[in-house]
Amino acid sequence: MSQTLSASTLLIVPMAPLLGAVLAGILGTKFGGNWIGRRMSHTLTILGVLVSFVISALTLKSVAVDGARFSETLYTWMVVGGLKMEIGFLVDGLTAMMMCVVTFVSLMVHIYTIGYMEEDEGYNRFFAYISLFTFSMLMLVMSNNMLQLFFGWEAVGLVSYLLIGFWFNKPTAIFANMKAFLVNRVGDFGFILGIGLIVAYSGTLNYTEAFAKADELAKLSFPGTDWMLITVICICLFIGAMGKSAQFPLHVWLPDSMEGPTPISALIHAATMVTAGIFMVARMSPLFELSEAALNFIMVIGAITALFMGFLGIIQNDIKRVVAYSTLSQLGYMTVALGASAYSVAVFHLMTHAFFKALLFLAAGSVIMGVHHNQDIRWMGGLRKYMPITWVTSLLGSLALIGTPLFAGFYSKDSIIEAVLESHLPGAGFAKFAVLAGVFVTAFYSFRMYFLVFHGKERFDQNPDAHHGDHHGHSDEHHEPHESPWVVTVPLILLAIPSVVIGFMTIQPLLYGEFFKGAIFVDALKHPAMEELGKAFHGPVQMALHSLTTLPFWLALAGVATSYYMYLVNPALPAAIKSRVMPIYTLLENKYYLDWINENILARGARALGTGLWKGGDQFLIDGTLVNGSWKVVAWCSGLARRVQSGYLYHYALAMILGVFVLMTYFVWLK
Amino acid sequence: MGLLSLAIWTPIVFGVVLLALGRDDQARAVRWVALIGAIASFLVTLPLYSGFKLGTAAMQFVEKSPWIERFNVNYHLGVDGISLWFVLLTAFINVVVVIAGWEVITRRVNQYMGAFLILSGLMIGVFCAIDGMLLYVFFEATLIPMYLIIGIWGGPNKIYAAFKFFLYTLLGSLFMLIALIFLYTKSGGSFDIALWHTLPLAGTTQTLIFFAFLAAFAVKVPMWPVHTWLPDVHVEAPTGGSAVLAAIMLKLGAYGFLRFSLPIAPDAAREWAWLMITLSVIAVVYVGLVALVQKDMKKLVAYSSVAHMGFVTLGFFIFNDLGVSGGIVQMIAHGFVSAAMFLSIGVLYDRVHSREIASYGGVVNTMPKFAAFALLFSMANCGLPGTAGFVGEWMVILGAVKANFWLGFAAASALIFGAAYTLWMFKRVYLGPVANDDVKALVDINGREFLMLSLLAAAVLYMGIYPKPFTDVMDTSVAELLKHVALSKLN
Repeated sequence: MSQTLSASTLLIVPMAPLLGAVLAGILGTKFGGNWIGRRMSHTLTILGVLVSFVISALTLKSVAVDGARFSETLYTWMVVGGLKMEIGFLVDGLTAMMMCVVTFVSLMVHIYTIGYMEEDEGYNRFFAYISLFTFSMLMLVMSNNMLQLFFGWEAVGLVSYLLIGFWFNKPTAIFANMKAFLVNRVGDFGFILGIGLIVAYSGTLNYTEAFAKADELAKLSFPGTDWMLITVICICLFIGAMGKSAQFPLHVWLPDSMEGPTPISALIHAATMVTAGIFMVARMSPLFELSEAALNFIMVIGAITALFMGFLGIIQNDIKRVVAYSTLSQLGYMTVALGASAYSVAVFHLMTHAFFKALLFLAAGSVIMGVHHNQDIRWMGGLRKYMPITWVTSLLGSLALIGTPLFAGFYSKDSIIEAVLESHLPGAGFAKFAVLAGVFVTAFYSFRMYFLVFHGKERFDQNPDAHHGDHHGHSDEHHEPHESPWVVTVPLILLAIPSVVIGFMTIQPLLYGEFFKGAIFVDALKHPAMEELGKAFHGPVQMALHSLTTLPFWLALAGVATSYYMYLVNPALPAAIKSRVMPIYTLLENKYYLDWINENILARGARALGTGLWKGGDQFLIDGTLVNGSWKVVAWCSGLARRVQSGYLYHYALAMILGVFVLMTYFVWLK
Repeated sequence: MGLLSLAIWTPIVFGVVLLALGRDDQARAVRWVALIGAIASFLVTLPLYSGFKLGTAAMQFVEKSPWIERFNVNYHLGVDGISLWFVLLTAFINVVVVIAGWEVITRRVNQYMGAFLILSGLMIGVFCAIDGMLLYVFFEATLIPMYLIIGIWGGPNKIYAAFKFFLYTLLGSLFMLIALIFLYTKSGGSFDIALWHTLPLAGTTQTLIFFAFLAAFAVKVPMWPVHTWLPDVHVEAPTGGSAVLAAIMLKLGAYGFLRFSLPIAPDAAREWAWLMITLSVIAVVYVGLVALVQKDMKKLVAYSSVAHMGFVTLGFFIFNDLGVSGGIVQMIAHGFVSAAMFLSIGVLYDRVHSREIASYGGVVNTMPKFAAFALLFSMANCGLPGTAGFVGEWMVILGAVKANFWLGFAAASALIFGAAYTLWMFKRVYLGPVANDDVKALVDINGREFLMLSLLAAAVLYMGIYPKPFTDVMDTSVAELLKHVALSKLN
């Protein structure tokens, strides 16, 4: 079956961006002495990603049309005691789709960057990083084993670290990148334990081989307890996903990651990297299907994230942070779908979301440029007149996000809601409420932002503290907003197209066709949600028409209408409401105090414990008492002994006489 | 002359020649001779790798001739899959260290270079000796050049540090000597380690021997709670001394466990594994937390070394192939990474003369090339896949989970602590705006420093991307060792 796909061709997919990254990163920066210029750097990296995208698209075609599959080892990383650790590719529907999404969004972001980073000193370095990211992400999704998965997993984390801290002179940025890395490490901690358990009990890292033993794993219990082993494995793995895909309570790094340049917010922190967790769970579906408890856990975590992160989106004023919280909430939706065993729906939403969220971020970046690096939506307004392309594409993206019928987001999000409604897990009750309420919240914050930015009064010249935003400051004069150059607007348009049509076009094959066959496994007897959805599905048009009579549509409409009223018709209202519900507002403004807890209890606690162990344990107890104590004892003893050796003859004579006396006493009387 | 003898004596001969003939007014020539000596010493170890036969646990390149016939002490050398890489590692690090000391050392250059060359030969001797007494002589002899390196070229408190180092490790080794003499008499007058491996021993005897060896090796590794000499010594030692200490000398202790403790007293090793595992986990968690709050870069890396070596001993005492191989891989990887970390600190120290984290900030602005290397090594230090630091940690964590999930749980916490202390240091030293005039005046690394860091960077990346050559060599020997440990030797 794999005749149409060859290892050498597939190898080009990750290697082309890597080559671009190495060239731009070494020759184009101070490291290699600035050998190649800006034009050369972006040409090389874009060429690499373009090659990668073209091959990905061809791969997708042969997978979807010819039914091609590929699974081969490229090289053996190491062999230890019979356990093989390898690097290899697995290409099936899931991989092919991810490859296309990653390379397409990456290509758009590469082109966009030419405009966005134009004035930045680190231009070449930035291109090197985003190409390196593309390589890492491709290694992650194309892997056929858990070692490489973990490699890609951490490698994207590294690039995320580098890019959040891209402006390394900005204190908030270098705090945010460290935070992102550490929180992700907490997730990876669980992830590696999950992988370790799989290796311990199935003796392999290869997906196919491990999944073949899934049923055996399901019969085992965790040593020393009556927990199901498979539940422990799945929850450990999912903790990894919680870090990478920013699920509550490990989501705290994502909003702060907005300190990085906007193109990477689109690429890494919206479209691709943060969906790695969703991808991983879908990939591991043969394992997750075996544990109701784990699925239930996933569903509840997802529901919490979907709803409560949405609330935070409402009160944000930074344009990027609104979109960031929206991303968190949408990742929550995907996670809920995973919990409902609707893996294909989760991945479907992953794909549509990648397009419209990348679009929204890039549009936000375009707005930021248009208003001269201000990010506060309170000081925008009326921009539709000045930035028509950004305006229209943003509108399309927002409509897709809130699930307007016929738009891409509609098909994926509606399917998630349907799947949750069909779920019988204990957590489904809460999840149903969360995903439905989330629809209203999403529509409300999305259009709050949209109205504040593009409609209403022009407020961009009233900003009291201008120029503190995303960018290294420049030009002090207040210009009128302006539309961005073509390198920025073309990616917007190219992303807007799939944001509108991709759901309509692909829902049939992806959810109800054969596309994910062999890649995603659902136990239809235990989790019939997808089957039920399949029965109710009569084509995309039918689905759109039917939705007009269902709750989500009206909730979304209500959300848009409410924000229209509050921000365009009666702009005094939000402030009035805010003063009424001050405690809630304070809670939201402090992001549920999670950052406070992390910084003051966890981080400070660890430092206090470290100081205590260092000063109390190492310095006082071990070194002060035992080590230096021992030489003090020796010194003290020898001090005593020294007194005996006084050098005076009569002292020695006395000692001799006493000695003789004692010995004689002993031998004469006591023996 | 056999290859192993060549590997041991080439650097020593060069070292002695430098000591005898070198003078400070010929510093330039001295440096070049030292470099040629180091490179030659490294080159003569390469045939060991290319000629090494895989698939056998037997000692290879064996040389044997009588040394002290009265006590049946032999000049008996050989390497197996466990020791081979350390011979190469030692010779490699020696080259890097000679380059590192190039312009930095201006006083008694010939003695400095000579000490390092001789030290390198002696350490290779430890890894090659398969006669107990010969090994002991090499083991103890390494203290002398290191003592001088710290005592002569060290920092302000160098005398305290040199004595602490010498006495602490010597005290531990004396117990080892007792154990060796006991084994000599017990085996009917032989110092042949292979013979000792098959020597039946009663339970109590094994326990005593195990603890006697433990006293020597635990100090050297160092394991918690006998680790406090290491931070003090690192702080005072010159950069090259720190690099060799962390990269190779600590491994002598861990190597001892594999050569002596496990195979000679397997029953005691199994019986006391819980203790060793507990101490190792404490090293990983406790020392990880202590590393977090260090203000001195060298101390931080020293504590980080203790935590990393905790992984090594943890791997050894879970008695499965992933754990033991992982421990050995971790030793090699830590050799590259810790040397790189200390040399990076040295690069900064040479310019600003401060090891305090607070003296820096925003170094990336003035030293972009150097910061790129520092980033790579920091990432390796926190075990990022694709670097050497990952390989051993990954294997030990998988091995630990296999042995007991909660053990794996404790070990995997290093993912978080390791990243926390390394990246926090990286942030405070390298990132941010230029902190002060010292940082502003920094000049980026020169060609020599670039070369030295590149060598280590290449090793770190190579091992991370393709560790198979490393594990292939050790696979059979580790399997044999584990088979040996599983067999009871009680009579």
